[in-house]
Amino acid sequence: MATFVFLYFAAVIVTAASLVVLLRNPIYSALSLLVMFFHVAGLYVTLHAEFLAAIQIIVYAGAILVLYLFVVMLLNVKREERYNQQGTVAVFLGVVLLTEAVLLAVSRGFAVATPDPGPEGAAKAVGNTESIGEVLYSTYLFPFEIASLILLVAMIGAVILSKKGIMG
Amino acid sequence: MFETSIKLALTLSQIGAVMGVVLLTVAVLTLLERKVLSWMQDRMGPMEVGPYGVLQPVADGLKLFFKEDIIPAGANKILFSLAPIIVLVPALIGFAVIPFGPNWTIDVLGVEFKPFVISDINIGVLYILAFTSIGAYGVILGGWASNSKYSLLGGLRSAAQLISYELNVGLAIVGVLLLSGSLSLVEITEAQAGGFWNWFAFDPLPFPQFIAFVVFLIASVAETNRVPFDLPEAESELVAGFFTEYSGMRFAFFFMAEYANMILVSCMSTVLFFGGWHAPFPFLQAPGNFVWVTGIFWFTVKVYFFLFLFFWFRATLPRLRYDQLMRFGWKVLLPIALGNVVVTSLLAYIFPN
Repeated sequence: MATFVFLYFAAVIVTAASLVVLLRNPIYSALSLLVMFFHVAGLYVTLHAEFLAAIQIIVYAGAILVLYLFVVMLLNVKREERYNQQGTVAVFLGVVLLTEAVLLAVSRGFAVATPDPGPEGAAKAVGNTESIGEVLYSTYLFPFEIASLILLVAMIGAVILSKKGIMG
Repeated sequence: MFETSIKLALTLSQIGAVMGVVLLTVAVLTLLERKVLSWMQDRMGPMEVGPYGVLQPVADGLKLFFKEDIIPAGANKILFSLAPIIVLVPALIGFAVIPFGPNWTIDVLGVEFKPFVISDINIGVLYILAFTSIGAYGVILGGWASNSKYSLLGGLRSAAQLISYELNVGLAIVGVLLLSGSLSLVEITEAQAGGFWNWFAFDPLPFPQFIAFVVFLIASVAETNRVPFDLPEAESELVAGFFTEYSGMRFAFFFMAEYANMILVSCMSTVLFFGGWHAPFPFLQAPGNFVWVTGIFWFTVKVYFFLFLFFWFRATLPRLRYDQLMRFGWKVLLPIALGNVVVTSLLAYIFPN
């Protein structure tokens, strides 16, 4: 049953993700991205990471993608101007990423890493949200603070960019 | 196998019951809103259908059902049909985690069953927030797919408004989460047992969440697109905003979604800030096994009070201008909500219960 559910989610995620790139209409691309976000959230739920699933939907589907749609509709780019000539860059990046993936697969073999069963039991005992909070403020405190600093920098940058004339 | 089917039957009948009550309330609200508005404006309101016009919702429903379903030329047919569904489903799905009565577990033929909440999940609050944010897609897509300037403008306004005010709803709730230590709506209700002085809106120690409640209320009025924040459907500027081109049952779906969202928001205010099903004084609660009777009674009373507030706002306040709306959301409500989070967490640290 679990395998079947996983296969369903994986198939939809891959299909939707490809559709995001392949579809010609940017609105449809955004919608297939929405479908993909939902199925990623579903995958999190099957892993008992309900908090992550909810955050996935609230942040990505609820805020970021709405902004994308907003911009796509507001810009209303003409059909011929939508696509820049990115062929060479795309081929170059594609080859690099593919080589990386193949090399990784070859060097590790195709063995699937079995996750450490310890944390899952702990997460079930105190609840998923609590354990994420515990870990964020103890083990991963430093990366957490770095991330918040980066966000702060981005925020200040956005304020300065939108406030013309502050630098004279 | 037998247990699974029993469980399925129980859950389905529970969902059916809750859905029925919600949709019935929607029908009642359409009449109630017109009546309350009329009384506030010294009019009679609908009086023709049935005694005192009480059968008006039936007539409205029939009328909408038999109206011609028009899809405008140049509209995107798939998204045009999909949008009303995307709006209505998230509005109804949120009721799955609202506790209407005591947190009991009864045994039906060897299956555990909670009669007063469909599903007590440990991320209840986030679940509702996630699905209300999905409702925005229906509004935006409906506006875009209609191939009409007014609809598109309404949809875009609503996108900006929903994103801005969602943040305030989320931040206003944080104080409650800090005090109750849980995201489950059942546990939040349990934490407010025993009299109105234990409800989070009034609880004096460590810090009453009344300011947070006011922020939550204002932001949720904006999220449900009600007056004075009904810019996405401002009839004097945009005809009817994002559902200008909709008719018949598709229009009815948008309409039902708006009222269902109002009920959902009122339920959330009740559960988060006003003690859920708990009575304001312990002696007003029925003893022992009959506590659920008064529980459902008080829950209904509180929810209807908030629904009345929505009507009251509509009768009293003029619509905000668009820039005022944005400025108010980001420069007034957001700092207040953030301040409330800081003060609440400080005081909760100093006075742990």
